[in-house]
Amino acid sequence: MTAQGDLLHIVTNDNIPPRRKLFGRVLIWGAAGVLGLVALAQTLHQTGQIDLGFANWRPTLYAYVLWAVALCWGQVLIRGEQGKRVLFVLPAVLFVVSLVVFPLIFGLVIAFSDWNLSSPTGRKFNGLDNIRQMWRDPFYWNALTNMVWYALAILVEYAIAFGLALMLNSQIRARKFFRVAFLMPLMLSPVAVSWMIGKSMMEVRFGPLARLARELGWSDPSFFGTPEMARLMIMAMDAWTYIPFMMIMILAGLQAIPKEVQEAARVDGANGWRGFWEVTFPLMLPVSITAILIRIIFKLKLADIIINVTSGGPGGATDSVTSFIFREYRDRSNVGYGTLLAMVYLVIIIIVMTVLMKLSERWTRPQV
Amino acid sequence: MTEQVFHDSEADLSHRATWWTGRIAIYGALTLWTIICLFPIYWTITTSFKAAPDVMQGNMVPWVDFDPKWLGWRSLGLSPETILTESTVRAEFMKRFLNSVITALSSSTLAVVLGSLAAYGLSRFSYRFGFMRNSDISFFFLSQLILPPVVLALPFLVLYKSLALLDTRIGLILLYTLTVLPIVIWIMRDQFAGIPTELEEAALVDGLSIWGAFATIVLPIALPGMVAAFILSLVLTWNEYFFAALLTSTHANTLPVMVASQTGSQGISWWSMAALSFAAILPLIVIGVILERYIIKGMAAGAVK
Repeated sequence: MTAQGDLLHIVTNDNIPPRRKLFGRVLIWGAAGVLGLVALAQTLHQTGQIDLGFANWRPTLYAYVLWAVALCWGQVLIRGEQGKRVLFVLPAVLFVVSLVVFPLIFGLVIAFSDWNLSSPTGRKFNGLDNIRQMWRDPFYWNALTNMVWYALAILVEYAIAFGLALMLNSQIRARKFFRVAFLMPLMLSPVAVSWMIGKSMMEVRFGPLARLARELGWSDPSFFGTPEMARLMIMAMDAWTYIPFMMIMILAGLQAIPKEVQEAARVDGANGWRGFWEVTFPLMLPVSITAILIRIIFKLKLADIIINVTSGGPGGATDSVTSFIFREYRDRSNVGYGTLLAMVYLVIIIIVMTVLMKLSERWTRPQV
Repeated sequence: MTEQVFHDSEADLSHRATWWTGRIAIYGALTLWTIICLFPIYWTITTSFKAAPDVMQGNMVPWVDFDPKWLGWRSLGLSPETILTESTVRAEFMKRFLNSVITALSSSTLAVVLGSLAAYGLSRFSYRFGFMRNSDISFFFLSQLILPPVVLALPFLVLYKSLALLDTRIGLILLYTLTVLPIVIWIMRDQFAGIPTELEEAALVDGLSIWGAFATIVLPIALPGMVAAFILSLVLTWNEYFFAALLTSTHANTLPVMVASQTGSQGISWWSMAALSFAAILPLIVIGVILERYIIKGMAAGAVK
């Protein structure tokens, strides 16, 4: 996959007439000129130097789309066959760049400014004030610590998912039924789940889970009363939704293990418990690490359930970073500070994920 | 008289006993987990047919514990007697439902188209955009997975406001496409890598252009993978809540936003909430049951190399 060089060799005689090349260049630069002119006119309008009657920035957006199309078309005109190949990747690249890189740069600008959408003063550059505020904000650090707890819960999810995958991979009847049933939680929207489980089944008076807890001898089941319990419940609900995801990745890995390996192990006298730890588990290590890494990435986005069930409570004990920033915006319209928190979160994530990926690469490298 | 000549030895009998305990343990565990997975869905369905006393007594089994009533569905305007009459609640619900359908379908389609093209290009040709080569471009796409939505949310809020894209379906579609694009590219890269290049070479020799070869030879082979990627995108976009809650208010609300806004109000009755939740998850339950093997294929694609 990482191989460089064309896998597909094509011999074409690209005799592109110079007039076609010229037309392509004119097209691209013309569209770029239009984009520049429109953007300039809008900027001037925005700063109040001329009045052109623009209601919003839509014209610039249209000019940008026009330029993007011209760029794609121009590639084919100028470079012929080579341009047609570029055309496979170019649309996706343009799409992602315009939707990620541009907002990220814009976000950086917002992050260092005092901007409250509900206040009339508008955006003001305030340097490092947001960072100082973040440093003193106990709720943000609390949310970050919670994320560590939530991430650690993945190990338990992984153990359960592995067990389920082993069962599905063993000789059982009605395998398809069990597979569909186990997959179901993944299909449900977290918002619906937070009502179905968090709000109704865990309801203290009538919820079936509360009843069950009373039957089992917990006289006063309150699932979101204490911080630890509430955090545990959020973990459980999130695990319930995403265990199928890990299970299926592990199941795919199990099915890819050649049968001969396990038969050979059995002949050598390794069965049951030992067979699992000495044969299956080491073989599954790369798949396990991939599954856990992807699960961490999904876990870092955890918010929907928290927003809808506890909205961070009690006392911020269940807050994830995402839900905290969400409320920071919802309650205080504090765009500048919220963006800075998100940017810091992104930096932390990039560092942690890079370290994890490097470590996992070392662990899975075949030992010679 | 025939006498039994061969007897099971003591060791074999004990072996059979362990075998049976093993079976019972496995099926017991499987059943337990099936109940854990399916009970919340069962609970939601039955609750949508309950009335207040049934909810409070914790009745579980319809027709045995309680008589099913259309209460919950009537409050959505979807019960048999209200389905033919005008209903503002139903109109509201259908509007949200339609928003969800349109955004989920179009963003998944867009992501599959853009993602498949990019994945195909990356698996066949070598590119150089500035310093970026193929592996860098692939990494660039896949690294979007790490980006948490909250980083983009507030800049998008401000940008969309100035572009008048706030509370529009197009705005949501663009963002959703962005969030599922890396997953699509990941799945499709595997798919295209598994297709031998000789097929296209033969087609090119026969005089097809590279796009012609892609459309007529490669696409049909890669179709199951594309379906898998599409279904997976559909699940993710249908369930998306965070962006929808931030960027829409009245016109482009999707179903999850509607469900969430109802949960917030304490006065809402359980039966109508259950009906609403169930209506929101039903399409995906149907898809999950029918297209299960595509979902599994899609998720397994990245796991095993």
